[in-house]
Amino acid sequence: MSVELNELTVGQDIGSRAIDVSRADLVRYAGASGDFNPIHWNGRFAEQVGLPGVIAHGMFTMGAAVQLVTDWIGNPAAVVDYQTRFTKPVLVEDVDGPGASIEVSGAIGAIDADNGTARVDLTVTAAGVKVLVKAQAVVKVW
Amino acid sequence: MSEQAGVNPDLAGRVYPAGAAYTVGREKIREFASAVKATHPAHFDVEAARALGYTDLVAPPTFAIIVAQRADAQLIEDSDSGIDFSRVVHADQRFVHHRPIVAGDELVAELHVDQVRAMGGGAMITTRAEISTVAGEKTATTTSSILVRGEGQ
Repeated sequence: MSVELNELTVGQDIGSRAIDVSRADLVRYAGASGDFNPIHWNGRFAEQVGLPGVIAHGMFTMGAAVQLVTDWIGNPAAVVDYQTRFTKPVLVEDVDGPGASIEVSGAIGAIDADNGTARVDLTVTAAGVKVLVKAQAVVKVW
Repeated sequence: MSEQAGVNPDLAGRVYPAGAAYTVGREKIREFASAVKATHPAHFDVEAARALGYTDLVAPPTFAIIVAQRADAQLIEDSDSGIDFSRVVHADQRFVHHRPIVAGDELVAELHVDQVRAMGGGAMITTRAEISTVAGEKTATTTSSILVRGEGQ
């Protein structure tokens, strides 16, 4: 699929997906990223510091959510600017299989014809609550 | 401004010079891509990356966090920063890519503490990592804010 800048319109939907998250996914992300904060794998520790339980790394959610954009544009290096605020934690239950589901949808938020870029605004929720706010990815459109 | 969860207000403006280089490996790109559930072939297959015009496997958009968090560790572990890591919450994050990160890159990061401000009984600290190759080519700028929670936050 090839995206053309002059065929994009502000507000246009780029799609949506659900990302299942298990405790094993958090352990895998901890190892891959080097972020071994125990709130992401140790329920006792998480509760001691006042959390409802083990929560996903904000950076896991941010990293997984942008795949919608990467797949839409067809080139991971097209993402030249990506930012978000982390507002609510994603609680991942201790169950066999997925302990949470993250819902991601994206829409074109702005088009910059001079720079050949488009901004995709992501809506990212878990259990019906927004977990990322102002999640915006600027992509280079060739 | 004394009550900022013990965080040293004089951190703002501090610069931590680049430390040892981080070499971006193919297997690390594959591992990180799998960990964020990325499936694009340019993360896994060298020929697919080259077909897109890159010299080697392309890192996912948030891969630079590995290099940035290594730089952040200098601040958190600095004995006079006053940061209690067990009370740290990640508040926001941004990646600006000056060029794609690819396997084989040798990256260094210079860490800037841009802002320290009181928030409730805690402190919000904004840092910026200027990531470049060892040859001096600008690669990415990452900006991160962490909230060090005060008592009762």
